[in-house]
Amino acid sequence: MSRSAITRHGTRPVPSLQAGRRGRPARPPHAGHRVRAGLLAAGLFTAGLFAATTVGAQDPGSGPGQAVLIRNATVHTAGAQGTLHGADVLVQGGVIRAVGTGLAAPAGVPVVEADGRPLTPAFFGGITDIGLEEVSAEAPTVDSTLKLEEQPVRPEFDVTLAYNPASVLIPVARVEGIGFTLLAAGNGEAFVAGQGGVMRLDGSPDPLGPRALFVRLGADGAELGGKSRAAQWMLLDQMVAEARGRVPADSPHALLTPAGRATLARYLGGQGRIVVKVDRAADIRQLLRWAAREHVRIAIAGGAEAWQLAPQIAQAGVPVFVDALADLPANFDQIGATLRNAALLQQAGVEVSFSQAGDASHNARKVRQLAGNAVANGLPWEAGLAGLTRVPAQALGVGDRLGTIAPGRTADLVLWTGDPLDVINTAQQVWLGGRAMPMRSRQTELRDRYLHGSGESGLPPAYSR
Amino acid sequence: MRQLLPAAAGLVLAGAIACAIAPAAQAAPRFTDDPYPSTYRPLPSEPVLLRNATVLTGTGQRLDAADVLMRDGRIVQVGQGLPAEAGTRVVDATGKWITPGIIDVHSHLGVYPSPGMKAHEDGNEMTAPVTANVWAEHSIWPQDPGFLTALAGGVTTLQVLPGSANLVGGRGVTLRNVPATTYQAMKFPGAPWGLKMACGENPKRVYGGKGVAPSTRMGNVAGYRAAFIDASEYLRKNGGGQPQEKPKRHWWQSSSGDNDSSGDAGGKRDLKLDTLAGAINGDIRVHIHCYRADEMATMIDLAQEFGFRIAAFHHGVEAYKIADRLAAENICGALWADWWGFKMEAFDGIQENIALVDRPKNSCAIVHSDSEEGIQRLNQEAAKAIANARRAGIEIPPEHAITWLTSHPARALGIEERTGSLEPGKLADVVVWNRSPFSSYALAEQVYIDGARVYDRNDPARQPRSDFMLGQPAAAPGGVL
Repeated sequence: MSRSAITRHGTRPVPSLQAGRRGRPARPPHAGHRVRAGLLAAGLFTAGLFAATTVGAQDPGSGPGQAVLIRNATVHTAGAQGTLHGADVLVQGGVIRAVGTGLAAPAGVPVVEADGRPLTPAFFGGITDIGLEEVSAEAPTVDSTLKLEEQPVRPEFDVTLAYNPASVLIPVARVEGIGFTLLAAGNGEAFVAGQGGVMRLDGSPDPLGPRALFVRLGADGAELGGKSRAAQWMLLDQMVAEARGRVPADSPHALLTPAGRATLARYLGGQGRIVVKVDRAADIRQLLRWAAREHVRIAIAGGAEAWQLAPQIAQAGVPVFVDALADLPANFDQIGATLRNAALLQQAGVEVSFSQAGDASHNARKVRQLAGNAVANGLPWEAGLAGLTRVPAQALGVGDRLGTIAPGRTADLVLWTGDPLDVINTAQQVWLGGRAMPMRSRQTELRDRYLHGSGESGLPPAYSR
Repeated sequence: MRQLLPAAAGLVLAGAIACAIAPAAQAAPRFTDDPYPSTYRPLPSEPVLLRNATVLTGTGQRLDAADVLMRDGRIVQVGQGLPAEAGTRVVDATGKWITPGIIDVHSHLGVYPSPGMKAHEDGNEMTAPVTANVWAEHSIWPQDPGFLTALAGGVTTLQVLPGSANLVGGRGVTLRNVPATTYQAMKFPGAPWGLKMACGENPKRVYGGKGVAPSTRMGNVAGYRAAFIDASEYLRKNGGGQPQEKPKRHWWQSSSGDNDSSGDAGGKRDLKLDTLAGAINGDIRVHIHCYRADEMATMIDLAQEFGFRIAAFHHGVEAYKIADRLAAENICGALWADWWGFKMEAFDGIQENIALVDRPKNSCAIVHSDSEEGIQRLNQEAAKAIANARRAGIEIPPEHAITWLTSHPARALGIEERTGSLEPGKLADVVVWNRSPFSSYALAEQVYIDGARVYDRNDPARQPRSDFMLGQPAAAPGGVL
């Protein structure tokens, strides 16, 4: 952070920009009249406001009853059926109805020919602030972090209340095949940061499934928790005691508000996961002991040295959101960082997903590069795909709806130009809830303005649409 | 089809070797005297013939089923069916891809090393907005493990720059990416220095926040102009900086009148003005951190006002808005594939930036990192640029895309006569990839610098480790890769 403060990132206030310009028809990604209808309809769009989109008469995507038959795809279900070649997926009412070969299109259901290309569940975008920040350096546009001088430890802080479904970051991530993300509370003044939740990037305003509580342990967390790792455990134990009612509510030593006690008590009671950002193996060991003792469900985020405790993590059933590009001793908590982390964890039976340390929100699309690199360093391809789909969905309590292609699941799907773990390929079409998403964003608008120029009008680019 | 490089007809350009190693024999201009000279010596090498690979030459050519012959630290020949003389190590590169060594024009390795401790924050001299007197090389910690992970990503040459806190941050240095105990032993012999300048938010934030100038973009420009006015005057009073006879001092002239601490006159040397004057003379190449299109245009005017050339704009997230102008002005755009939005001046970033800057004739698009992570996989950054260009209807073949990582950065650094392409007589900086480098799955298997095998993914004896990683119980066995 210190370095990025100057080499890249900035700080300080200014009002945010609004998204939402009038779109124009998307270029069909490949020929085929059947595809065209859906894509053209989807192309008329206002960023983040799909419900209000005006669409053509042929539009299969207006209203809730979304239907499509995607035919002849290489369907990576990320579920029990594995990979199906030459398979079809039928979507009706925004839900996957059937997966198989030779499915017939019911009357009125548009057909998309996949020509054998990969079809996957929409991807997990990692642990991010999408919809919680527009410009990282501009404080009034950032809502991910609580900073209170008085009583700063507030597990009841819930960032999902600040979520802006009209953020320009959402279409930017979505056109890259990202369908959902875990919104995180950032650490402000406390190592117990507050809560976040799963957001689908379809413009809907509310989180899905249970909340997650975010905690940071280790060097960064110690800075906020008594300047010592040991103090973090001391404080955490006290918070647990308060939440379990072992400290009188009027105690002068109370760390938590009544709402904070109630919130923490819910996690101690097994509702929702505590997502712990931690890297050093010694801290992870303490964390596993603590979680076992308190019977809480945790996940590890980062986990640079998690591979050193892979069997214990597997045995505890703790999923790990790995930063698969972290291979440097960025600090003294990450001396053991290695590109083989994901592979070693998976080999031991740990459920592996992914999260980024850097520009996780604006560049959430980079998450599939993480997965691809993990595969290049020994993770089986199927596990790489699962880490972007099934594993995070299940770990975050939404696996019954997201993360796999199977009858009954929400039809959040992506058709790719090729292997989606390889950055040389791109998302060709994204469906969320069965609706063909416009493959446009503020970035594609800028691209097209300068790609095509303003033609022969002789007018500045500002006149181009 | 049998293809040979035009100049490859079996020639070993012996003459080129001598002149490529040794810097020009004539006296260096005064502003670019080097009291901290390179002690770099190529590591031991043997003749190597890489056989039967897909070769991207860095000159825009792709040769299939081709061989690359290196000897005495040079590329000898590139073509099909090259004979192996006795004593030549033959590497079967069937199915592999071979490219020139990757060159990163923008790195802070060594000056912001890993681990990122407070004691290691040596990249920004944030005590004055114009610190042309500082040299990044004097901050480099050669034990930064990031050099070695970059090496494993195929990076053979890199420019280490000061950060962007200042209007003029200081001199950057170009390094050979070899493990060394001193930075001088990495210093690219004869490569010109860079001058790091910065537009926009960073300088005005850093100094405005302290209540001193600049606090605005207009303050930024006033700051550059004041510095170059001083430098122009200094240059004039120093006779252009060329080595010359000392003017004879007459008995009536005071010997103490040259105490020129403000540095605006001839006489006493001024490190700050030496660097700026060297930039005006074209001996130090100007690299400008600049995001917005309008600010880049202002900097082009500034360069004309004071008669210097801009080698490259760095980061340039809006470079696509002025791609034609950059090509016309012969300025490279050193860019990211996809970073955007982290601050206001990066809000208009698009993933087609590189491809659009690349589009005009005589353009010079470069993929750069500015990151200890990104430098390890500049090939993948280029892959993302190719993929997004394709989505926008622009097809970019691999033999062209590789120029973004090799010959174009070499051009920006002023070392294009020595490295950046696989041509006979050039430095044998070579990467053997397990497949096309433009993929998430691409791994550099062998990396050669001056013909020496400095990294080999399959040979632990050729996997250097930093002193810092020794004896660390937590370290991953066999290194981080």
